[in-house]
Amino acid sequence: MKHLLHSLALVLALAVPALAVQPDEVLPDPALEARAREIGQVLRCPVCQGENIDESNAGVSRDLRLLVRERLVAGDTDSEVIDYVTDRYGEYVLFEPERNGANLILYYAGPAAFVLALIGAFIYLRGRRNAPEPPTGPALSPEEQKRLSELMDGN
Amino acid sequence: MIAELGHFALILALAVALVQSIVPLIGAQRGWSGWMAVGEPAATAQFLLIALSFGAITHAFVTSDFSLQLVYANSHTDKPMLYKVTGVWGNHEGSMLLWVLILALFGACAAWFGGALPPSLRARVLSVQGLIGAAFLAFIVFTSNPFTRLAEAPFNGQDLNPLLQDPGLAFHPPFLYLGYVGLSMAFSFAVAALIEGRVDAAWARWVRPWTLAAWIFLTIGIALGSWWAYYELGWGGFWFWDPVENASLMPWLLAAALLHSAIVVEKREALKSWTILLAIMAFGFSLIGTFLVRSGVITSVHSFANDPERGVFILAILAVFVGGALTLYAARAGAMQAKGVFSMVSRESALVMNNILLAVSALIVFTGTIWPLVAEMVWARKLSVGAPFFEKAFTPFMVILAIILPIGAMIPWKRAKLDRVIRPLAPALILALAAAGLAWSLETGRTLLALVSTGLGTWIVAGSAADLWVRAGRTPARLLRLPRADWGKTTAHAGLGVTIVGIGLLMAGQIEDIRVAQEGAPFEVAGYTITLDKVEQVDGPNYFSSLATLRVEKDGKLITTLHPEKRSYPVQAMPTTEADIDNGFWRDIYLVIGDPQEGGGWAVRTYIKPFASWIWAGCLIMALGGFLSLTDRRYRVAAGARKAAPMHATPAE
Repeated sequence: MKHLLHSLALVLALAVPALAVQPDEVLPDPALEARAREIGQVLRCPVCQGENIDESNAGVSRDLRLLVRERLVAGDTDSEVIDYVTDRYGEYVLFEPERNGANLILYYAGPAAFVLALIGAFIYLRGRRNAPEPPTGPALSPEEQKRLSELMDGN
Repeated sequence: MIAELGHFALILALAVALVQSIVPLIGAQRGWSGWMAVGEPAATAQFLLIALSFGAITHAFVTSDFSLQLVYANSHTDKPMLYKVTGVWGNHEGSMLLWVLILALFGACAAWFGGALPPSLRARVLSVQGLIGAAFLAFIVFTSNPFTRLAEAPFNGQDLNPLLQDPGLAFHPPFLYLGYVGLSMAFSFAVAALIEGRVDAAWARWVRPWTLAAWIFLTIGIALGSWWAYYELGWGGFWFWDPVENASLMPWLLAAALLHSAIVVEKREALKSWTILLAIMAFGFSLIGTFLVRSGVITSVHSFANDPERGVFILAILAVFVGGALTLYAARAGAMQAKGVFSMVSRESALVMNNILLAVSALIVFTGTIWPLVAEMVWARKLSVGAPFFEKAFTPFMVILAIILPIGAMIPWKRAKLDRVIRPLAPALILALAAAGLAWSLETGRTLLALVSTGLGTWIVAGSAADLWVRAGRTPARLLRLPRADWGKTTAHAGLGVTIVGIGLLMAGQIEDIRVAQEGAPFEVAGYTITLDKVEQVDGPNYFSSLATLRVEKDGKLITTLHPEKRSYPVQAMPTTEADIDNGFWRDIYLVIGDPQEGGGWAVRTYIKPFASWIWAGCLIMALGGFLSLTDRRYRVAAGARKAAPMHATPAE
């Protein structure tokens, strides 16, 4: 049900039935256009609920797509374009948040958990290796023995 | 009148659920068999009452009873019958009703097919299941009543969101809910076992089929949703790392981990408390998913009903169940003693590694999903976490998982020598390297992604084949006599390999073309000649459509004729694009028609998507593997053991 209800609200609000990148936006130079598309994938549409500017139907996304292409034609590098947009629209438009301050928690939570889990697993596994063989459980009761032979015979 | 009966049945179901959650629990504590036996009829009655209520709301949708607020807001007389029925769960209230219906169905199944369970365990399982049902029934009755009447019945309804008017709505949510809610069984078994203070191989054998069934449904549900997004949204994306998609991925990852750790409990009586924790967390993440979709704390494209009151209610349910279960866990987990002894190099260790990788992946998805919320609350930083982050953070763990999978699948229990395991895998390794090289040389972009995914996917598929071959003692005749669990395991693993190949090659090799096409003027995309023949205006039952006809040819031969549409739904004043796709084994040809252009002609988007079908084919193969495993003899025997005399209670460990 991806993007379904959301698109409703959005399209109703804007009533612009244009979808994603339009033919008139595409740059004549395929290499520049390919870079524009890559940048378009990592920038978030500021008024949508989780779409990037390439997929979004919103007017502001179209403006951003045109802005990105304008900067690329002017000779900016990819990171300069992204910084240019971030300076004007804030960190919110970045789908990959900046690696600074508290965001480092986000970036290191996974690897840190992995390392901790490996250490924990190592300690646990070493314990299992050295654990004494458990005493064997009580023998089967007569009923259980009967049930067992039933099952074995039944097949 | 029927609606009022439905409402009444719902309230009655809440009362029955309360009885079901209290009486058998007390009975099990005190050893009163009469009280314990209440669980079974109560579970049946609860299911029947909710089914009655669900039938009543369906009746209202089918007969377009616009005096009901829910029907007015989500239906229309012109809507095709299929969408009148599926529209029942295309909204918050109705989908919650489907949720509790499935929950009650699982509870009733535990009552009907749980005859072999020790009576006290069964009573406690039904009691916990009843408690979950009571909480969600209360949620519906007090905050999301689907049977609210309007003072004056409007002449017609507001119709259903056109994007939801798709056969996908018929299957995607029910399968997803079967998966989410199915995990409640693992949860109930875990909590019941904690109350009993006893987890053993028999417990794992009971809990595993329920988890397996839930995992199968979740796999199908996620695959269906992804496929629906692929063909409906008009640019052929299949996974967006949207919070609500993540909410379904987290329980899937944890359910997969649980399936594997339950094997260790069943075969080796180790990893018990970890397995219990996984069972609690898997359902916990299902509840978190429910909370994310319905509370509006995280902006998502799926947001159903952004109502703070409902959000607080679900948060309370989440806190009580997960918090309560974890408290119980903290108090009791120490009593679970491991028995199995094994060395570092063993199947047990490989499964521990599997669990670590799956759980850490789930944790990454979780942190990424809630991070915008945390950052805003704590540091007042408004930020987004999306696909680029998840692709970088999540993929490495999947790569490690894929590398160790074939080895872990073949390594013996207890004590093993690595070189002995690797020898039969040598052909798989060679094949994987060859396939990776082939993908590298054929792929125009020569991307690492194509290389790695093809290599890993082939490694898993060929490794699974080697696993079967060795299990059958290298004798073809014995292959068919292997237990279904062996076939299920290798099939499911191979399915994962197929999906990995599909995702990697699609992302690496997709070709896109956006242009203004004039009628009758052919254009070239990646060797295909595409001609826009005509665009006609057509009337559907409740929409108008611009229906395009495009011919796709290659080397002068007609490959296919596609009819993408652009529809406009007047009641909802909303356009949708209906892409048309030529599904192929090697590639999909995906065509979308856009707007007419001022200078004449139409905007046309063409995508060539290599190996796209492999993604969902792999998911289906995974689900098939789960199904094969579910029909293994040892479960059928366990089901037949119901006639058995009650077993002697062995002392708690």
